[in-house]
Amino acid sequence: MSTADTQTPARRADRRASATLKAIASFVVIVATTYLGLLAVTFFIGRVVPIDPVLAIVGDRAPAHVVERTREEMGFNLPYYQQFYLYVKGVLSGDFGTSVLTTNPVMADIRRVFPATMELATVGTIIGAALGIPLGVLAAVKRGSLADQIVRIIGLIGYSVPIFWLGLLALLVFYARLGWTAGPGRIDVVFEYTFTPITGFYLLDAVLNRDWAAFKDIFAHIILPASLLGYFSLAYISRMTRSFMLNELSQEYIVAARAKGLSERRIIWGHALRNAAVPLVTVIALSYAGLLEGSVLTETVFAWPGLGLYITNSLQNADMNAVLGGTIVIGSVFIALNLLSDLLYRLLDPRTRIR
Amino acid sequence: MSDTTMTRREWLLTDRPQSRLQARLGRAYVTWRRFTANRLAAIGLGIILLLLFVAAFAPLLAPHSPYIGDLKNARLLPASSTYWLGTDDQGRDILSRLIYGSRLTLQVIVLVAIIAAPIGLLVGTAAGYAGGWIDAVLMRITDIFLAFPKLVLALAFVAALGPGIENAIIAIALTSWPPYARIARAETLTVRNSDYIAAVKLMGASPMRIVLRHIMPLCISSLIVRVTLDMAGIILTAAGLGFLGLGAQPPLPEWGAMIASGRRFILDQWWVAAAPGAAILIVSLGFNLLGDGLRDALDTRSGGQ
Repeated sequence: MSTADTQTPARRADRRASATLKAIASFVVIVATTYLGLLAVTFFIGRVVPIDPVLAIVGDRAPAHVVERTREEMGFNLPYYQQFYLYVKGVLSGDFGTSVLTTNPVMADIRRVFPATMELATVGTIIGAALGIPLGVLAAVKRGSLADQIVRIIGLIGYSVPIFWLGLLALLVFYARLGWTAGPGRIDVVFEYTFTPITGFYLLDAVLNRDWAAFKDIFAHIILPASLLGYFSLAYISRMTRSFMLNELSQEYIVAARAKGLSERRIIWGHALRNAAVPLVTVIALSYAGLLEGSVLTETVFAWPGLGLYITNSLQNADMNAVLGGTIVIGSVFIALNLLSDLLYRLLDPRTRIR
Repeated sequence: MSDTTMTRREWLLTDRPQSRLQARLGRAYVTWRRFTANRLAAIGLGIILLLLFVAAFAPLLAPHSPYIGDLKNARLLPASSTYWLGTDDQGRDILSRLIYGSRLTLQVIVLVAIIAAPIGLLVGTAAGYAGGWIDAVLMRITDIFLAFPKLVLALAFVAALGPGIENAIIAIALTSWPPYARIARAETLTVRNSDYIAAVKLMGASPMRIVLRHIMPLCISSLIVRVTLDMAGIILTAAGLGFLGLGAQPPLPEWGAMIASGRRFILDQWWVAAAPGAAILIVSLGFNLLGDGLRDALDTRSGGQ
């Protein structure tokens, strides 16, 4: 931008506008191609299934002309690019086909179960960030100390442990042996008729209903699976916080702040962490996406009626529409969070803004 | 080695190596010293070597058969002197199954690495060296795959291909190549304009030869580090697929599938599910420690000797 100084302000504004437009255009291209790529992969998966989708509907004893007619009605006689076009059109209008298992439209099923997954991942991320950031800061400030080593080991184990196994052990210890938490599921059957979901996020619903007995029960159910997911995001968040903080603490403005005589507490939490916060937002968004994915295994262990359990149940019954529908939804949220974190980074960090 | 008063260590660390071999050995020695100075990394290496040893000599080490159990007398027994880790619901010795299962774990990670790393290497070096629209297209595809949720996509792949350990390996490989392509491209970009490439080009080497013989070898070391770091993730994904019944099928002693079958007895006979999970934890921890250590040791930019 060295030439910009010699230009008139009007021309500079012009250039800035065109640069912004260009950035928006490239962002749209990225979103569109990524999403199309996801659909291409699920389309491909749906076509390589050894189960013939036509025979699955008419049965393998149907006469040839019925099979042929159904094939035409379903569009399977068309060339692949036309089939793909129809597929994309269907998905974009929210049509994922019908679930063989529940006989509902897959979209309706997903809408019903998705809040449970979101709630679990949200509570998990809150736990992970609330513990992971202080631990990461501690490890960075006391670099090389015993505390640093312990944080590192906690993180490494988080990266190495099979989540479903840890979930089983947690159920065994905290539910079966100690009785501290509730068992599998989201809410006790006692509340089945008295509790009315409004948003689908049960903790929020209980508050809205002022049903404190239900709130307590829901909390007892969510705390174990959410802590488990929280541990995984803690492993990631604490590691990243440590490296961001080490980077900030070596900067010159920290030396300047020390020279000014600011307290160490103020320097660490007020200055260094504040500057590390921008990349941290990205990390938290990414860990949230990771938890949505991790929910597939966690929900299976805890019989948590969310999208993950829906996908695995459908898998066991070869219900491909439901599996691919769930894959598209998780994939879309995943892509959206990925791009959002990218965008947030640009918005929050003035240095990356287009000048 | 003209000077006989030189110790072996001095010979290795000399500033003026007499031969290419000496220089290489010296380099390797420095890397090795830096690696072993990191205690955690050495522990990781030890775990991996133990895994290799157990997998290689499984028939000699296993005290019982991994497939045939004593259904009449030995169902769901706790740990004892005959059955060190207890027995499962089929009366099979859990330790023996774990020992044989190490072969399956090794098979998965080796095959995934053999399939995924070359794909990534090829895509990355081709994109980085060719540049222009080839680079743009290849990297867009890579980024698209990078933005996908890996486990869920692997699930969908296996659901389509049918359950089984081979299909699980294919599914994991198909979802794990993009980071390798990114790394290979970054390495390619740093060397593509260097003098030695220009020299090779002047000597009339074809682009194919330049990429294969002069660029790919330079990408290998950072790729190895990344693959090692990914091994833990691969093991966990494979175990997750096995747990969901989509990976190795019974009676194969795959660790994830063993946890799944022990799940029914978790409240009373917890060891049936606990033992294979501990094995997964130890092995993936080993790979993570080793990967961390390798990264630090091979990172030549942060100080030469």
